[in-house]
Amino acid sequence: MKIAISANDSSLESTLDMRFGRAPSFLIYELEQQTYKSIDNTQNLSSAQGAGIQSAQNLVNADVKVLITGNVGPKAFQVLKTAGVDIYLTPQTTIQEAIDNFKAGKLTKSETNNVEGHWV
Amino acid sequence: MRIAIASGKGGTGKTTISSNLAYYLSSQGQATTLVDCDVEEPNNHIFFNPAWYGSEMVQMPVPEVEAEKCTGCGKCAEICEFNALVCLKGNVLIFPELCHGCKGCIMVCPTSALKETTREIGEVQLGIKDRLNIVQGVLRIGEAMSPPLIRKVKEHGDNNGTVIIDCPPGTSCPMIQAVRGSDFVLLVTEPTPFGLNDLKLAVETIRELNLPFAVCINRSTIGDNKVHDYCKQEKIPIILEIPEDREIAQAYSQGRLFLKTLPHYQIQFDTLLKNIKELVVC
Repeated sequence: MKIAISANDSSLESTLDMRFGRAPSFLIYELEQQTYKSIDNTQNLSSAQGAGIQSAQNLVNADVKVLITGNVGPKAFQVLKTAGVDIYLTPQTTIQEAIDNFKAGKLTKSETNNVEGHWV
Repeated sequence: MRIAIASGKGGTGKTTISSNLAYYLSSQGQATTLVDCDVEEPNNHIFFNPAWYGSEMVQMPVPEVEAEKCTGCGKCAEICEFNALVCLKGNVLIFPELCHGCKGCIMVCPTSALKETTREIGEVQLGIKDRLNIVQGVLRIGEAMSPPLIRKVKEHGDNNGTVIIDCPPGTSCPMIQAVRGSDFVLLVTEPTPFGLNDLKLAVETIRELNLPFAVCINRSTIGDNKVHDYCKQEKIPIILEIPEDREIAQAYSQGRLFLKTLPHYQIQFDTLLKNIKELVVC
């Protein structure tokens, strides 16, 4: 199963980006194989509007089933929910810590968006 | 003749100039229309209290999906520059508030699963005060897409006499939509670093649009000399300067036209119009 984490950089030691739509990249982690790759999101980082929507679309296209991030707005939430992607919110950590916390069941699943659009 | 009153920076005095200029023209017996394109905050009416005699709701096109016809090919989401559609494994989701109404998605859909519907973006209102026609747009609260409404407001206001167009601030699509097609643009600024910075952006925009323009410095006795220096260097005529005047501010704050209480400023508006006519001719 693929997990996406909003990331400031491309390694497990990188910090998690608290923004979803405008995160610079996503780290895609394969839960079973414990492998990972980074996908670039700078195009959405600088898009005029709909960054969350397009980021969500990209994750759905990459067959992601779980998203770990800091905050999700209403439109991104709607896309992710429609596509059946589970969302787990976390405080600021490294990517590795976020994955460990997820595996340990310490993160709670979000049933709604926790911020409005353009919250930063 | 269509005269657009624009600025980069907000709060420099576009509405002060627009309302008083329109009043001056119509009080001289000239057929005049004041067109308020600042549709997020149309304030000119406050200074006239016109009789409203007509209105038109303005819509823009948005797509709607017929799920049974949709094959989930995703071509609609691909062509949308504004992320207003996503395609998720055969499901098209539409975010109407992000749609710019280009209809590209409808054109590329191979199975005609998208059809055109509309959403209301605001209203054009028509009023009259003595001999002055007043047209304004009011954007629906929560709506972000003002250019189609501004276009409609301008259509309604496009009369034979002199048309004064009060533009929204900034240098993005709403401002461009408001100034486009005018015969002359008056850029209102103030002699401060903020005023200068945004004036430069506005000048670059108007030059790109290839429209004749000049500068008005409002509250010209405050701040510094850098706007003057910039205009001199760029060979931009300054055709109106209004000093910092407490009585003007007072009149504005009470919703009154300052030309009525301070008629000695009329001569400056007269000179302004002569200057504009000269600049439009050459």
